[in-house]
Amino acid sequence: MADTAIELRVAAKDRAADGVVTLTLARPGGGRLPDWAPGAHVDLVLPNGLTRQYSLCGDRWDARTYRVGVLREPGGRGGSAFVHDELGVGDPVGIGGPRNNFRLVPSDRYLFIAGGIGITPLLPMVRQAEMLGADWRLLYGGRSRASMAFLDELEPYGDRVTVVPQDEQGLLDLAAWLPGEDPSTKVYCCGPAPLLEAVEERCAGWRRGLLRTERFVARESGAVRDEPFELELRRSGVTVAVPPGLSVLDAACAAGASVLSSCRQGLCGTCETAVLGGVPDHRDSILDDDEREAGDCMFVCVSRSRTERLVLDL
Amino acid sequence: MSTVQAPPAIDADPFGHEHLEDPLPLHERLREAAPVTYLTRYDVFALARYEHVRAALTDWQGLQSAAGVGLSNFRHEKPWRPPSLLLEADPPRHDAPRAVLAKVLGPRALRRLRESWFADAERLLDEVLSGSEFDAVPRLAEAFPLRVFPDAVGLGRDGRENLLPYGDHLFNAFGPENDLVRKGQPRMPEVSGWVNAQCARDRLSPDGFGAQIWAAADRGDITPEQAPLVVRSLLSAGVDTTVHGLAAVLYAFAMNPGQWRRLRDEPHLARTAFDEAVRWQSPVQTFFRTAVGDQEIGGTVIPDGRKVLMFLGAANRDPRRWDDPDAFDLSRDPSGHVGFGMGLHQCVGQHVARLESEALLTALARRADRIELAATPVRHHNNTLRAWKSLPIRVHLR
Repeated sequence: MADTAIELRVAAKDRAADGVVTLTLARPGGGRLPDWAPGAHVDLVLPNGLTRQYSLCGDRWDARTYRVGVLREPGGRGGSAFVHDELGVGDPVGIGGPRNNFRLVPSDRYLFIAGGIGITPLLPMVRQAEMLGADWRLLYGGRSRASMAFLDELEPYGDRVTVVPQDEQGLLDLAAWLPGEDPSTKVYCCGPAPLLEAVEERCAGWRRGLLRTERFVARESGAVRDEPFELELRRSGVTVAVPPGLSVLDAACAAGASVLSSCRQGLCGTCETAVLGGVPDHRDSILDDDEREAGDCMFVCVSRSRTERLVLDL
Repeated sequence: MSTVQAPPAIDADPFGHEHLEDPLPLHERLREAAPVTYLTRYDVFALARYEHVRAALTDWQGLQSAAGVGLSNFRHEKPWRPPSLLLEADPPRHDAPRAVLAKVLGPRALRRLRESWFADAERLLDEVLSGSEFDAVPRLAEAFPLRVFPDAVGLGRDGRENLLPYGDHLFNAFGPENDLVRKGQPRMPEVSGWVNAQCARDRLSPDGFGAQIWAAADRGDITPEQAPLVVRSLLSAGVDTTVHGLAAVLYAFAMNPGQWRRLRDEPHLARTAFDEAVRWQSPVQTFFRTAVGDQEIGGTVIPDGRKVLMFLGAANRDPRRWDDPDAFDLSRDPSGHVGFGMGLHQCVGQHVARLESEALLTALARRADRIELAATPVRHHNNTLRAWKSLPIRVHLR
């Protein structure tokens, strides 16, 4: 089926602030992308082989594009520099996910706290909070006004949004914004580690679930393979080569294994398969970090192999 | 975009007894008439081809569920019960309840049940196969889900007999207010009263799906007001559907002895067999959506607020998508059928249904040389479900 390979193209690349670009991603032939909700992130598999995680910050009512915001990180490991300097409109990018560890849960009130590029997952959240008629505030800090992305998109929300450029007003006054536990307010925070730590410290001892944070821990998972790997179907006693562009599911079915699947997007979980050897390259939306780390199962419609050989219970 | 055209008008009543008894001729007529047809009886549009049904199921932006997934339009009519937070909701309100239930019923969460459900299937067959002829509807298709699922949810022992009439009425109520709905109405206050009462935290055992839903409310992932309605979704959609799914696969094997031999020899095909039976019989036949703004489908404009009836069963036998669609065939890959729906409303309990059927079929395949009909089976009519009232079978043991 044409709509199953999650290989996208850069449809637009726009400057959003000093050191921040947004990428708009779409399928080469158009078509729906996997559904997502605010707080979700995707793995971007860049043409140089690096994989980086970015929050989706577009409009989920537009089913045909994703948008991510990318900060150029001087101390980074080359992913953001590649996006800023090399990646252009029309270039291919692979996608894993979307996954969501930072879901917007129901609440009467929300306080969103963003630091710098941490605004990206919160941007769809404020839209949704507005749509739900919740009472919400956004506290958004950054180094300088010129470095802060999406101020234009936040403008219409008026005084619900408090913008605090550090060079004008100093650091966020967390003591004033987080005076104490309030069971009717959920606090969402995303930003640099020192901000997260300061917020967590202020909220220490609160009832669980009131504070929700997103931190991207860059995991050393090695570059994604762009060469074929060997797929051993142990029960069938067959080994086949899986070239880039062919899914493990299709390779297994072509080799005669019966593998049930449904959504072919790594969403529904039907094609879960036990991994007996090798390290899967998880691209699904289902497993959490611990489950991915365990590496004992995978969703063969989208996930691939990090190792030269992958052994499945098929 | 193709030119806009008026869809062919069709006068048939898909909820009439003639078509509930055998929907296949009407499905073919709808499918072959046009991508979109217009059902004059109910003033709704209909989709019966795989391509359009699948696209409609996934397009939650253009075709909403919050106006009801039955004929009744919640934009103008009061629902007969408080709407489901899952089935009858759209993003963003749909997000949190769905995320919670998807985790509770996810394939990894079900691993801990696998062993005991396989053992339960063996025990049930020990009892049932003492006689060689029996009615597979009450003895297997109803007995097995009623044995394992309420325990997994954490329901108490008393009153479980309310689950089947509740589900039957709920699925009737997605259709027009016909004799099937009227037949169920008198008992509903009592039956739904029982169902609603079971959703309270103190009625549920501390280790089941129900308790896990309440635990999600403790974490703030859903609100305490939402928790009982999410539990109610389990009790609404988790019993009748699997009963008729199991009946469908048992009927399929009774009618196709060659396929049973194949399962007996290759028991790992049990999972494929169930999904192939769900494709072939489509226990859930239909659902509605409502257009959000004018929506163009296959050259026809569905005006804002109008209902669209999706024939899942017709899509699952669309020859444009399936070779020899009327055959129940284990060598087919049934993946991609829309018997569980598709997209963000896709059946959240599908892994539960698959595990139940895998347990039962695996146990049966170890014991039965063949199964055959012992008498003519009798359909049970429901506005949404394709069901059996009785399925007398004879089992020849190995």
